[in-house]
Amino acid sequence: MESRAARILIRAGAGVAMLFLYVPLVVVVLYAFNNSVGQKWPITSYTTKYFGLAWRNPLLRTALWNSVRIGLAATAIALVLGSLAAFAVHRFQFFGRNSVSFLLILPVALPGIVTAIALSSTVTAFGASFGLFVTMVGHATFCIVVVYNNVLARLRRTPGSLVEASMDLGADGWTTFRLVTFPAVRAALVAGALLSFALSFDEIIVTNFLAGTEMTVPKFIFNNIRQPRNRPIVNVVAVAAMLVTLIPVILAQRLAGGASNPTAAGAVGQAGQAAV
Amino acid sequence: MADGSARARTTRLSAFFYRHRGLKLAGFLGGPMLWLVVVYLGSLGIMLVSAFWRVDVFTGDVVRQWGTQNFVTLWTIPVYRTIAIRTIGLAVAVSLTDVLLAFPLAYYAARMATPRRRNAVLIAIVVPLWANYLVRVFAWRLILSSGGFLTAMTQKVGFHLDLGNSAWAIWLAFSYLWLPFVLLPIYGALERVPLSYLEASGDLGAKGWLTFRRVVLPLVVPGIVAGTIFSFSLTLGDYIVPQLVGNTKFIGNVIYDSFGIAGNVPFAAAFALVPVAVMAVYLFLAKRVGAFEAL
Amino acid sequence: MKQANKLLALLGVLAFVGAACSNNSSSSGGSAGGGGITPAKTYSTIGTPETQLNLIAWNGYTEDGSNDPSYDWVTPFEDQTGCKVSVKYADTSDEMVTLMRQGGGSQYDGVSASGDASNRLIAGGDVGAVDPSLFPSLSDVIAPLSPTTGTNNSHYVVDGNVYGVPYMYGPNFLMYNTKIVKPAPTSWDVTFEPTINGQPNPYAGKVTAYGGAIFMADAAMYLKVHDPSLGITDPYELTSAQLDAVVNLLKAQKPLVGKYWSAYTDEIDGFVDGSMVVGTAWPVNLTYAKADAPVAAVIPSEGVTGWADTWMISANAPHPNCMLKWMEYTLQPEVQASVGLWYGAAGSNANSCKLIAKGYGQGGAKIVDTVEYSFCGNADFLNSIYLWKTPTTDCGDSRGQTCEDYSVWQQKWTEITGA
Repeated sequence: MESRAARILIRAGAGVAMLFLYVPLVVVVLYAFNNSVGQKWPITSYTTKYFGLAWRNPLLRTALWNSVRIGLAATAIALVLGSLAAFAVHRFQFFGRNSVSFLLILPVALPGIVTAIALSSTVTAFGASFGLFVTMVGHATFCIVVVYNNVLARLRRTPGSLVEASMDLGADGWTTFRLVTFPAVRAALVAGALLSFALSFDEIIVTNFLAGTEMTVPKFIFNNIRQPRNRPIVNVVAVAAMLVTLIPVILAQRLAGGASNPTAAGAVGQAGQAAV
Repeated sequence: MADGSARARTTRLSAFFYRHRGLKLAGFLGGPMLWLVVVYLGSLGIMLVSAFWRVDVFTGDVVRQWGTQNFVTLWTIPVYRTIAIRTIGLAVAVSLTDVLLAFPLAYYAARMATPRRRNAVLIAIVVPLWANYLVRVFAWRLILSSGGFLTAMTQKVGFHLDLGNSAWAIWLAFSYLWLPFVLLPIYGALERVPLSYLEASGDLGAKGWLTFRRVVLPLVVPGIVAGTIFSFSLTLGDYIVPQLVGNTKFIGNVIYDSFGIAGNVPFAAAFALVPVAVMAVYLFLAKRVGAFEAL
Repeated sequence: MKQANKLLALLGVLAFVGAACSNNSSSSGGSAGGGGITPAKTYSTIGTPETQLNLIAWNGYTEDGSNDPSYDWVTPFEDQTGCKVSVKYADTSDEMVTLMRQGGGSQYDGVSASGDASNRLIAGGDVGAVDPSLFPSLSDVIAPLSPTTGTNNSHYVVDGNVYGVPYMYGPNFLMYNTKIVKPAPTSWDVTFEPTINGQPNPYAGKVTAYGGAIFMADAAMYLKVHDPSLGITDPYELTSAQLDAVVNLLKAQKPLVGKYWSAYTDEIDGFVDGSMVVGTAWPVNLTYAKADAPVAAVIPSEGVTGWADTWMISANAPHPNCMLKWMEYTLQPEVQASVGLWYGAAGSNANSCKLIAKGYGQGGAKIVDTVEYSFCGNADFLNSIYLWKTPTTDCGDSRGQTCEDYSVWQQKWTEITGA
């Protein structure tokens, strides 16, 4: 379709973009094995000792546990609310349907600091205390749209005739849901859950404002970027954080119907946007 | 028998909801809407209201008196306009950069790669997205610092490039961070262009570039705009990148400084309305172009 | 449906906002202004310690051995009292004040407050007063800072009430790269002036300055000497005209500055990688940078601003006994000597200086009386430092209430750095 010159140019451009995406990541991984405390280049000697040090750091372990707890709770809420909303939008025609989609996207479309300040002001206004619970509430708010997108995309690809056939065969609403709809949507739920967890695990901007004295993994990284002696541990945690979020996301990509599905890719993209 | 009566109950329940579809809808929608309206919109509302208050800097008490002094300050003191324009300008620059960078890769993935390659490329694009935002900013801090990776590499080629804390550094970092977000919707849009259109265009005598300009591009514009929603919105509010990689103040920094450092919540809220307003306009325009369908 | 949706949304938002408006949760413990300040709370006994202590502190004030195993005064405290210490570091006094006020002041137990935070916290009712008899070591505090007879204690003693225990004090001195900045600077002009002796400033682009609004006092201190016609007496008490002159000086300085540092590691990194060669620094920055770069410090002829830090206890401290124990502990000369050796600041307990001197043996007293130890024990030097304090409208002299308060300083600072 395209001319040869165009094809070469496009491949070259694609290669440049790929390099741009990956060189910084490779640099971070290399620095995790850096033996010296200073961060100059080139790295003179390599070591794995900081991995052990990081694992033995009690504050980091607490941070890890907190991040996991917040992630699980936020995901649970997002699963319930997100799928409910997806079903509502898919099944029913009602005025204000567009507003619903818009409202769900808002926590993710508005800059993170706006969400952070709004939620933080609310917490102060009600005299509540900052901490894990409030952070979890904040995370759940933008995780909802991730689940919603995934489930809705899958619902749109599920033929409505299946539900009708089930009804024709005598099953009531609940049985239809249990035996027909739910299995069809299950993969999307899992994908949404994985993405939602990864999102919550990575989040820093809203967490910074809501977590108070509690520590999460991104907060740990943020605080320790400022401690000169702790740089090596930060590098290690960075690599570990990468892996922890990568695995769910790759799994989610597989489950959401293959990478050739643009809505799934878009959902992943949107989710990632909120990760900031 | 217990099973039978349970079945009967659920059947009656289903029938009830089948007849009262409104209630069913409320049941579905109630939870999420309640959460979003109360928690999210409510918070935004509180933030909006507090923008009209002010704070006693000495005691830290928020004085809940209605007044527009924050907005007057924002309008009359030129530095805030400078910062707002600078941030918007950067957001535009970053979005343009990302679209230019993303397009070849998106085109390759959507129209030139084999299905297996495409799968691999897409995963490869998504992976950096999830490598933790802070980590990726930090990577650029490592690369851009004096004596860091960039200086060392360019020295090998013969010239000395030390971006240090300049605006270029911030622009590079932002472009890097948001590239996958811009790329994915463009990819989606390119993938949806039917091959038959391109073939028809060829049959009608159009060469490659003409087809691209007249057929492909208009179909892809919603996707491009959809992608830039992210790069725009994210750049508008970010305060971490300018802190870690640069030395200039952007909207996010002023908000963060007012809120987290000066404890002046009303002023932070007032200034936060600026990116909200900008995004509202941007989203409105994007919707007109059809970007929402391409998300 | 559309109507119902909209109504629901509106109701939700209104209910929320209404609840927030009616809930008066802003911290207003003490009554400020007018006749005097009554403490929000006075602590007069130390009970059984709880198990946890949440502090807000300057980096380097709470070493637990993780930076350098031989500097650890936190672990012995934890072993002695059973209070597990968790620290939130802040880069500026403003941040400390905001953190202290978070959650109605019940999140953190205490803060190492500098003079530009302490009076705000006292006026806002965020910190409690203490009974000085709880801390016998207060009698060893260097004369100007003494709670009873001190001449320089208004940052923590207000209306006769003592609001904490003095910890460390020190200057914001001039740090410079000895290999690049030659000859060794004797004046702040290398950081402020675009031209020196008719030549453009050779360090342009590599100067650094503190990234907080309080830094404007340094510029005021400079103008006090170099532009006497302005009539600046106290760099924190500036009329509108004087403040404008300060702002102009700082705007002229901005092109010289490569990066403003507020995270102390930014300055250390800058000196180590060569992007900064001269500028305002804390003693702890010198300690760290010295390991990887050829740096030294000097007290320039115009003088220095500085800080005298006090451990203050929150009026709503969740673990008050642990905090009071911490205050008692950190007043000890052994602890302050360790801090002095690590941080380079001077301990307010004069005996700590003697301890450091003893450690050096012969001639120790001379070593301690240098800039590296912030002239520990030297009351004259302490009195010469323009200690950080919060600017208020009260000029404190015949000019009455015509000075600019801190909110104006913050505003102007954004104008300078945001441009």
